[in-house]
Amino acid sequence: MLDDKDRIFTNLYGYGDWGLKGAMARGAWDNTKGLIEKGKDWIIEEMKASGLRGRGGAGFPTGLKWSFMPKPDPLRPSYLVVNADESEPGTCKDREIMRNDPHLLIEGCMIASFAMGAHACYVYLRGEYILERERLQAAVDQAYEAGLVGKNNKNGWPFDIYVHHGAGAYICGEETALLESLEGKKGMPRLKPPFPANMGLYGCPTTVNNVESIAVAPTILRRGAAWFSSFGAKNNAGTKLFCVSGHVNTPCNVEEAMSLPFRELIDRHCGGIRGGWDNLLAVIPGGSSVPCVPAHEIIDAAMDFDTLRGLKSGLGTAAVIVLDKSTDIVRAITRISYFYKHESCGQCTPCREGTGWMWRVLTRMCEGRAQKREIDMLLEVSTQIEGHTICALGDAAAWPVQGLIRHFRHEIEKRIDDYSANPHSDTVAPLAAE
Amino acid sequence: MSVRRLAEEQPASFEFTPENLAWVNKQIAKYPEGRQASAVIPLLWQAQKQHNYWLPKPAIEKVAEILDMPYIRVLEIATFYTMFNLEPVGRYFIQMCGTTPCMLRGSDDIKAVLQRRVGDQRKVSADGNFAWLEVECLGACCNAPMVQINDDYYEDLSAENFEKLLDDLAAGRPVKVGSQTGRRTSEPAGKLTTLTSLYGEDGRSGPASDKTQA
Repeated sequence: MLDDKDRIFTNLYGYGDWGLKGAMARGAWDNTKGLIEKGKDWIIEEMKASGLRGRGGAGFPTGLKWSFMPKPDPLRPSYLVVNADESEPGTCKDREIMRNDPHLLIEGCMIASFAMGAHACYVYLRGEYILERERLQAAVDQAYEAGLVGKNNKNGWPFDIYVHHGAGAYICGEETALLESLEGKKGMPRLKPPFPANMGLYGCPTTVNNVESIAVAPTILRRGAAWFSSFGAKNNAGTKLFCVSGHVNTPCNVEEAMSLPFRELIDRHCGGIRGGWDNLLAVIPGGSSVPCVPAHEIIDAAMDFDTLRGLKSGLGTAAVIVLDKSTDIVRAITRISYFYKHESCGQCTPCREGTGWMWRVLTRMCEGRAQKREIDMLLEVSTQIEGHTICALGDAAAWPVQGLIRHFRHEIEKRIDDYSANPHSDTVAPLAAE
Repeated sequence: MSVRRLAEEQPASFEFTPENLAWVNKQIAKYPEGRQASAVIPLLWQAQKQHNYWLPKPAIEKVAEILDMPYIRVLEIATFYTMFNLEPVGRYFIQMCGTTPCMLRGSDDIKAVLQRRVGDQRKVSADGNFAWLEVECLGACCNAPMVQINDDYYEDLSAENFEKLLDDLAAGRPVKVGSQTGRRTSEPAGKLTTLTSLYGEDGRSGPASDKTQA
């Protein structure tokens, strides 16, 4: 188990002081100037060596991402944009960083901006996080007042940080949709290429990073890449915030080493599965976008990117949604389908029409009001949505449905059998009529 | 996607209060010159807050005028982003999270309470106190089920403590924001399993515990 001394988020639960004084006592803003003086190449190399993979879901190496930024050009300033639009169902980790340890994020923004030659950083929070926004703004104000950030600051890199917010659109968590939204438009993803590193915010070079990826950077640089990479399996380095929700006895956020076995995570921090381990049905290990994994496959699996990909799922944001045997799994996935229907931005036809179609078919399947051949049709349609849209929302909508059919087809079939075994006045529609 | 239209009955005009206007100018200054359109969401949000949590047409026009944007561009924003309420909501606007993590922890019970006490979604209750809406994940999944009432999150709900919360709000009694079962934030209920060397098992007795807060 990870020792407290190796934890980065030492005020995760808000029992300490969130303000500058408390943060400094816990080690934030310690010799930031010294880190900056080591130069951007050292910072980027150290981040690469640490093996940190982006914490926003895709797991792209953070150091590598920073290295993509072009050389500074006075006509096209570079920007760092922090993605704090935390909306993936199951995920609630960035919220704790922003309200309980905001200075870790602000310091990370400063260092990351320096490494990519940016003098301005925007933090884009989801609109619903109103108290978190006020808290982060208060922390930013403290940092300005203490001369840690700003035009002429103690750390020697002119840097401004601005808190921005959205207004309730999941799609703005997609990086190019976030940039559109930040420019004052509807959050509709852009075609890539050009990638944001070349054409991002206001047409200027931009890097978009998750809150957690940025907030861990100062500690990694202070303690060294070797320290960070000593946790977790190869290629899955570091510590990670896990958000465990659903049918465990004590749902919680917790910082643990990567590659921790699922069983240990749950037993140690979450008081076990509700009703005991035999009562576990399935787990959605990385936020609603990833396919569910049945109990016997996940129980002793390591919680990291590569292991979970091997189980045809993913670590995503490490939002672990636990489902016990009382769960109506078809309904649980149907609710996720409704989520994607609601959150589709409407730009690409396969997603706009497909998410609603899948939801309607699944709604009938919940009751068994369907035909068995429709299960294959649903699977087929889901593969027609996946990979045929500008952004990954189409994929994210398709994967949970595919996971359901892969592991729980028998459950859907049973419902269809049960329904057709009973007399009903209405006939079963052979296709989605809508 | 959801279909969203402006309310039929609209006020004649909308003006920001002087304090809000000062706030508006501060927001616009965050963005590079010529990029003032970036401030459109914060401005609309402030307008909504000033106008009893719903956004009338004159406010959309006002924001367009301030930011020098075509009206249609601002209307697009107001209809695309679901946090903008285009119709009146009650004194307390309840957004109930119904997405899977909350559903697993019993948001159906919360929904039943709302249905019984407040009535159908999007309808303001007869006393003008409440309106409610089932929304998608609000990002407090370790404290499910939960609702957002105006600006604040109320977490770890059950049918009983939620009824009490509604009673207290309706009667104007003070309520506690956040967890309704006494959790500080999203720590495991009962005792801490991590960070105990800093805060003790109860979070309040360690060397780094913030003694100024209860």
